[in-house]
Amino acid sequence: MTTDYAATAPSTPALARAGRGRFMRRDTLLLALVFLPPALLLFTVFVALPIADAAYYSLFNWNGFGVPEKFVAFQNYAQLFANRAFRLAITNNGLIILVSLLVQMPLALLVATMLADREPLTNTFRLIFFLPYVLAEVTAGLIWRFIYDGDYGVVANMVGWLGLDPVYVLADPNFAIYAILVVIVWKYFGLHMILFIAGLQQIDRSLYEAARIDGAGGWRLFTAITLPMLAPTIRLSIFFSVVGALQLFDVIMPMTGGGPSDSTQTLVTYLYNFGITRTRFGFGSAVGVVLFLICVAFAFGYKRTVMRDD
Amino acid sequence: MKLQALLAALALSTSITAAAAQADVITVVHVEQNPAVQEFWEGIAKKFEAANPGVDIQYEYLDNMSFVQKMTTMLQSADRPDIIYSWAGGVLRSQVEAGVIADITDSLDPGFADTIKPAALDAFKVDDRIYGVPFRMTQVGLFYNKDLLEQGGVDPASLSTWDGFLAGIATLKQKGITPLLVGGADKWPMMFYWSSLSLRAGGSEAFKAALAQEGDGFASAPFVRAGELLQQLVATEPFQPGYMATKYAAAAGMLGDGKGAMMLIADFVLNGMKANAADGVGIPLDRLGLAPIPTVPDGVDEPTATLGGINGWLVTEGASPLAPKFLEFFMQADNQRPAAENSFYIPAVKGLDGDLANPIHQVIAQNLSNSTYHQNFYDQALGSSVGAVVNDISVEIAAGNMTPEEGAQAVQDAYAMEQ
Repeated sequence: MTTDYAATAPSTPALARAGRGRFMRRDTLLLALVFLPPALLLFTVFVALPIADAAYYSLFNWNGFGVPEKFVAFQNYAQLFANRAFRLAITNNGLIILVSLLVQMPLALLVATMLADREPLTNTFRLIFFLPYVLAEVTAGLIWRFIYDGDYGVVANMVGWLGLDPVYVLADPNFAIYAILVVIVWKYFGLHMILFIAGLQQIDRSLYEAARIDGAGGWRLFTAITLPMLAPTIRLSIFFSVVGALQLFDVIMPMTGGGPSDSTQTLVTYLYNFGITRTRFGFGSAVGVVLFLICVAFAFGYKRTVMRDD
Repeated sequence: MKLQALLAALALSTSITAAAAQADVITVVHVEQNPAVQEFWEGIAKKFEAANPGVDIQYEYLDNMSFVQKMTTMLQSADRPDIIYSWAGGVLRSQVEAGVIADITDSLDPGFADTIKPAALDAFKVDDRIYGVPFRMTQVGLFYNKDLLEQGGVDPASLSTWDGFLAGIATLKQKGITPLLVGGADKWPMMFYWSSLSLRAGGSEAFKAALAQEGDGFASAPFVRAGELLQQLVATEPFQPGYMATKYAAAAGMLGDGKGAMMLIADFVLNGMKANAADGVGIPLDRLGLAPIPTVPDGVDEPTATLGGINGWLVTEGASPLAPKFLEFFMQADNQRPAAENSFYIPAVKGLDGDLANPIHQVIAQNLSNSTYHQNFYDQALGSSVGAVVNDISVEIAAGNMTPEEGAQAVQDAYAMEQ
């Protein structure tokens, strides 16, 4: 190796650069060889292999004992797509994404614009709006289960004052998902609000001053300066919303557990309820693979197109 | 050489002491939440430890759901517990097939089997070999609040037929009393209705035939009939409002609070009612009654067929040889007597029925000893996967999302797929 290097010893500046380049490459290769294995090993053992395993298990009817033996090819997938609860779960995930983008983000943006400037009490309000996000998901779910309770809950009391018949929001397959959507918006809009506040504070104030001098009004300032300057943050926020929506699990479990009549299942609660608790690990793996493919397709597609320049 | 020999000897001795130390610890994983029962079991362990110096019994509590989810992995790991809790049925069968549960037929004292109630022990046999030791039996029945029935003018005796039961519900509703309580969110409480009704519609023969996949299996007439009867019941709107979002514990608490007149449930509700009632006490036991599951029109008249649960202990493969001995000790009548006297549960050992302090336990013990066929809970008997389908369809039929035919067919499909 050293002799090889000595033989191609540089004689011209250009060659010298090339030689140094090669030397650097070798150096980085060495560095890579030293530093890569731990990370690669961890990634392989805890990420790549489990994904490969899940893909393999998804072709079997397997209760988790011993090694999978009953090969069923794509039967788990066929069953999955024929299953009403799975279709409901997909629809619900879509609904959650939609509400995250159309309700939660505009709301977060609105509140962020109000709280971005340093004025008295802004910090207090930021904290208040951010608080639900800090709360543990399961705790939030239990609190809201109590709020929605038709006999003892807050909703029950409110309905009682109005003199109406008690309503049982979480017991109604037609309404339970909307009740959960309210909680999701409440729980996560604080995160997006903080992202937007950070983004807003990056915007140069002189832009606004210049625009004002040119006679721009509030709405014009928002559409011509705030929105374009905030675009990278918005794109990031959308990414978090969608990925978060796809992974939604722990707020729902304490509230409805996916019921009534599977009307509030998401892909992950479906995986849990139909794969893990039933010890149908082959079937559960098939759900996992579908979820994985959706996430990967979105993440790569989004990064390649929308977040290309970020 | 000398050094090598010394090292080898050292290694051998440490491994022996390590093995000896390990053999002395018996871990028992269970799902019993009641601290009083845990304390009672701890006492039995202390006695066993005193009689067997060097033995250390360690109980580990897991909640129901975690237990079910962790057990498959736990049983296949090197540090699996020695003894685990079990509901027998299909889950036990798949564990035995996987070779993780020890056949303890020959480890038990030859006379031991005779001390246990046969129906309970049978549940822990697979191909005539004993794989577990039952400690408790429960029975499903119609638990009712005597005061509320009196207030509504309903005679408990009239509840024993389907028509009388429906008439009673109508009367209670007229009086503004919630007739039935159910924890629909947990699904299995609704399964109690479907399985009780199929037991009354087809008797033990229907279930045995379905298990053997004779005829239409679980899609046969009695199981469709059960769904029709359930629909008929739901049409009268007998349950507490919002029952699809009520969990079992909350429903049991409502029984204790006197918020509903009746509950089709097993006798573990006596603990559940107490623990979840607002005052922590619930209805006094003498104000609570137990009626049998109503007989149904055109059903099979088999009053001695009972439905309920059987809980017990399994010894895992490779467990300490003392584990079966501990279970024998655990199940000695003298050691189980406090469970009867303190109304913890109905022990599966013979000869303690006279010691039962709880009047409802006495009635159930009588029913169980007269029982000619004790059907384990469907969701246990059929295993975790098919069992969950039974729970699903019970709720879906009640919610009107599935016809009785579709429900029965779904159970049949799930069961056939497992065969």
